Amino acid sequence: MAKITYHTHDNKTHTIDVQKGLTVMEGAVQNDIPGIDADCGGGMACATCHVYVKEEWLDKLPAKEDGEEDMLDMAFEPKNNSRLSCQLIVSDELDGLEVSIPSKQG
Amino acid sequence: MNKTDVLIIGAGPTGLFCAHQLGIIGLSCEIVDNLDKAGGQCIELYPDKPIYDIPAVPECTGEELTNNLLQQIKPFNVNFHLNERVEELKKNQNRWHVKTSGGVEFDVAAIVIAGGVGSFEPRKFSVKECEKFEGGSLFYSIKDKSIFKDKTISIFGGGDSALDWAIELSNTSKINLIHRRDGFSGAESSVQKVKELNEQGKLNLFTKYQMDSVSGDKQIETVKIKHDEGEIKEIKSDYVLGFFGLIMQLGPILDWGLNINKKTVEVNTENFETNVSGIFAIGDICSYPGKLKLILSGFHEGALAARGCFKYAKPDEKLRFEFTTTSKAAQERLGIKK
Repeated sequence: MAKITYHTHDNKTHTIDVQKGLTVMEGAVQNDIPGIDADCGGGMACATCHVYVKEEWLDKLPAKEDGEEDMLDMAFEPKNNSRLSCQLIVSDELDGLEVSIPSKQG
Repeated sequence: MNKTDVLIIGAGPTGLFCAHQLGIIGLSCEIVDNLDKAGGQCIELYPDKPIYDIPAVPECTGEELTNNLLQQIKPFNVNFHLNERVEELKKNQNRWHVKTSGGVEFDVAAIVIAGGVGSFEPRKFSVKECEKFEGGSLFYSIKDKSIFKDKTISIFGGGDSALDWAIELSNTSKINLIHRRDGFSGAESSVQKVKELNEQGKLNLFTKYQMDSVSGDKQIETVKIKHDEGEIKEIKSDYVLGFFGLIMQLGPILDWGLNINKKTVEVNTENFETNVSGIFAIGDICSYPGKLKLILSGFHEGALAARGCFKYAKPDEKLRFEFTTTSKAAQERLGIKK
């Protein structure tokens, strides 16, 4: 388990123990955290699991694969700290990760 | 008014195979889809990406799968109504009266929703004022390019649509191409062409910029764009085009009285009927305990939903279970000559 904190757009904070090996997207969906639609189910074929990663965590995340940046072009208000949460696999290294969920996904 | 047994909403793989299953048991159907071609997500999201988990097909692309399914339903001469979105359903005695966005009307015994994750709609700018100009001087797709002649156009996006239109319109218009980063997702040859045009002064390329605001009275006059570092530029613009791909939205399906759970429609697993009699849901859009969002699951769901439709289409007849290998009736429907 690793603790992942999701800041949702309604100014609430949800800290969840997410099983290692799951993605940050799955952690949100399984725990009914609002704002992550994940329409394509984790296939990097949409951009509806878009999150903003807290700056200090950016370097600790796995690098973006080909295609993630292309999908982020389609995201709602992408920024430099944007990631697709379906591409962030939870591990010990990510224990304590904090992400913010945008006001909407489309 | 189109009178048929079943209306299928969605021409993705699940909807197409359901049409086949309806045809085999002797029911007619027509298909409506919001996109301009059949194939659904397979065509829109991953036409070239290989799929490895279609039973008995070790590998095929989304496009191949779609073409094969279209080939498979050819004997049934199914009518497609593309570029149409189903807007209204009304119960009319034992049948349904259906209306689309383009005014096409249907009189059907049953409805199968195979709508994937909803209908594809263009992704829009997040800047609020854009709504005011949409359809007048701000567009997400181009229907009549002649209106852009000799005008200044700001195009946003980094994919093929943005690049292709920037290149094409640069012949007759003044083009600003604005993209949020240096990299582009469009074809490399188009990226090179855009860079050449930029160097030749035939197009102005702004990278690491995003829209900040638009302003104008009735028509757009200026657009402000903001650099990653915070700098803001104001550019004159007659038109703004945004190409950010498509997003899937449930749309009118939400208004049909169906039990919706997390953007999916709840169904039973006996025949994939929803809480509303005569309306079925199959494929990615349906949910039930254990649901897998796989194409093969959609095929299974379609086969059972087709049989579920039978009692509404032919209430006085009994459906017998038959195999296509031996059923004369099925083979006749498939047009097989012996």
